[in-house]
Amino acid sequence: MDWLTKFPAMDTERLTALKKAIDLGFREFTRANGDTFETLLYPVQWFMYRVETLLTQSPWPLVILGFAIIAWLASRSAKITVGVIVTLLLIGYFDMWEDTMKTVAMTVVATIMAIIIGIPIGILMGRSNRVQSVINPILDVMQTMPSFVYLIPVVMLLGIGRVPGLIAVMVYAIPPIIRLTNLGIRLVDKDVLEAADAFGSSNWQRLVNVQMPLALPTIMAGVNQTIMMALAMVVVASMIGVQGLGLPVLKAIANQYFTLGIFNGLAIVGIAIIFDRTSQAYGKRLQKHLEVVHG
Amino acid sequence: MVEAKQGIGISIRKLYKIFGSSPEAYIDQVKQGMTKAELKDKYDHVLGLKDINIDMPGGGIQVVMGLSGSGKSTLIRHINRLIDPTAGEVLVGDDDVVKMNENELREFRRHKTAMVFQKFALLPHRTVLENTVYGLEIQGLPRAKQEEEARRWISRVGLDGFENSYPNQLSGGMQQRVGLARALTNDAPILLMDEAFSALDPLIRMDMQSVLLDLQKEIRKTVVFITHDLDEALRLGDRIAILRDGEVVQQGTPQEIVLAPADEYISSFVREVNRGRVITIDMVMTPPNGEALGMPIKSGTILELAAKKMTDQNQSHSHVVDSDGKLIGALNIQHVISAMVTPVDHTDVE
Repeated sequence: MDWLTKFPAMDTERLTALKKAIDLGFREFTRANGDTFETLLYPVQWFMYRVETLLTQSPWPLVILGFAIIAWLASRSAKITVGVIVTLLLIGYFDMWEDTMKTVAMTVVATIMAIIIGIPIGILMGRSNRVQSVINPILDVMQTMPSFVYLIPVVMLLGIGRVPGLIAVMVYAIPPIIRLTNLGIRLVDKDVLEAADAFGSSNWQRLVNVQMPLALPTIMAGVNQTIMMALAMVVVASMIGVQGLGLPVLKAIANQYFTLGIFNGLAIVGIAIIFDRTSQAYGKRLQKHLEVVHG
Repeated sequence: MVEAKQGIGISIRKLYKIFGSSPEAYIDQVKQGMTKAELKDKYDHVLGLKDINIDMPGGGIQVVMGLSGSGKSTLIRHINRLIDPTAGEVLVGDDDVVKMNENELREFRRHKTAMVFQKFALLPHRTVLENTVYGLEIQGLPRAKQEEEARRWISRVGLDGFENSYPNQLSGGMQQRVGLARALTNDAPILLMDEAFSALDPLIRMDMQSVLLDLQKEIRKTVVFITHDLDEALRLGDRIAILRDGEVVQQGTPQEIVLAPADEYISSFVREVNRGRVITIDMVMTPPNGEALGMPIKSGTILELAAKKMTDQNQSHSHVVDSDGKLIGALNIQHVISAMVTPVDHTDVE
């Protein structure tokens, strides 16, 4: 009755052979293509580097002013703008300015990449049930796979450093923007689409004039989610050499530096709140015309 | 009424629509007389339209009336092919809409038709002006030209000063004026109105009907108007087609329908109608008997108006003249009043 209590697994030799074969295959692939990928990603690396330099090398009052202006333009709310300034001042006072700026740079670049790649995929999903049925399970896997696992193939392919970290963060953070773009497109009022058709809109005109503007509030909710997930992943990505607030946290875990961990953790919470409130307020402002003013 | 004959006519010929996964498989059986119920029970397909034949003369208002589920909204969507038919022809001028390819259909929709919807279907993120230019914008006209046309029609439907409001800031009646302005700005010869006034309050609905009738005197478009309201149909229609379960049960002028309802179904509607506003004195006048008694009344006047004129003048007799002033008949107040009140039931005819 041994087979009942112990699962009759594949025998060890064959399993090892299988794992070896896959690993070997992937290693061959990375050796053959690693350089190509690096060349392809050169513009991303350049952009990442520019954003990081801009945030870390500029005088800090200018940076805070910049953030305050962006927060004001997006939210038109004095409360949120003041909140942004105070949070950044506190972060600077506790000597986490440079790490925070590196994290912000990583988050911003990863979010921009997720938007550029995610929105077109979401639009394709929104227009075709077949595309949706293919992409949806992939997104399910991406969202449930433990985030550490993403790091392995990225490191094998690109080594450690900023760019592989960025790719891992982007892959982890992209599902919400894809899903919510898809949802937003699908929720557009059928009557309005019919009207667009009745006036002879082409597919492109329909997308640009009707579907995208009406889906925009939903898409903004996706952007907000993507930013939050990117921030969460930045800490994990410090394991493969991404600098920023994640690195001190990692050090704190290894050495049981309680205060170091808490401070850097709180700094992440602070910028998360800044991003969240600002992007949500912007999303709400986009929906202003939908408010029923007349009874 | 010569100018009323301008504009593009629409002919619908032997039009069938079956809803379901494989409508082509059953079209022959339906043509050979399978009923709607049989199709539903045996094959789980829905017969939307069956053998529709309607000629809509150019420049007039054709009303298609029916209750919900009669297929009237399906029918109007065949004219600009928002719905593809299973069989049949939709001839607009000399072109068969059914045979158009994608590009031809897009051009046809841009230049030949404009549509007004029951639920307005305005773009909520655009202002009144931006909504109104929509048709011209996708045609690619210069912006200045778009706005010039749009402002003219916004003003014409009575929305001056609301150009920069968003649809949600307007009442239902005003939103539908935007819908109407958007359709008219397109300057297409055919105007399709799908229950355009059904979502409005009764008073506002009357108001919008007047707006449409006033405009029509000037624009002379071929209007196809869908409604479930017989009073609205009688008020607006130059011709009316009545639809039931996807079939045309009767078509004709408002007067023909009120005076001779084709079956029990139609007479049940007609019974509730204010006949004095539909029937003209030509229906009740007697041949002229020599001398012209009383005041002259023009041929084509409705009974209600004739009765008012006669009672105002305290006369029991008058005579009917045609547009040239020639005597064509005699009128008796008793005949006028009895025609206004007697409900003609098709069972009475027996």
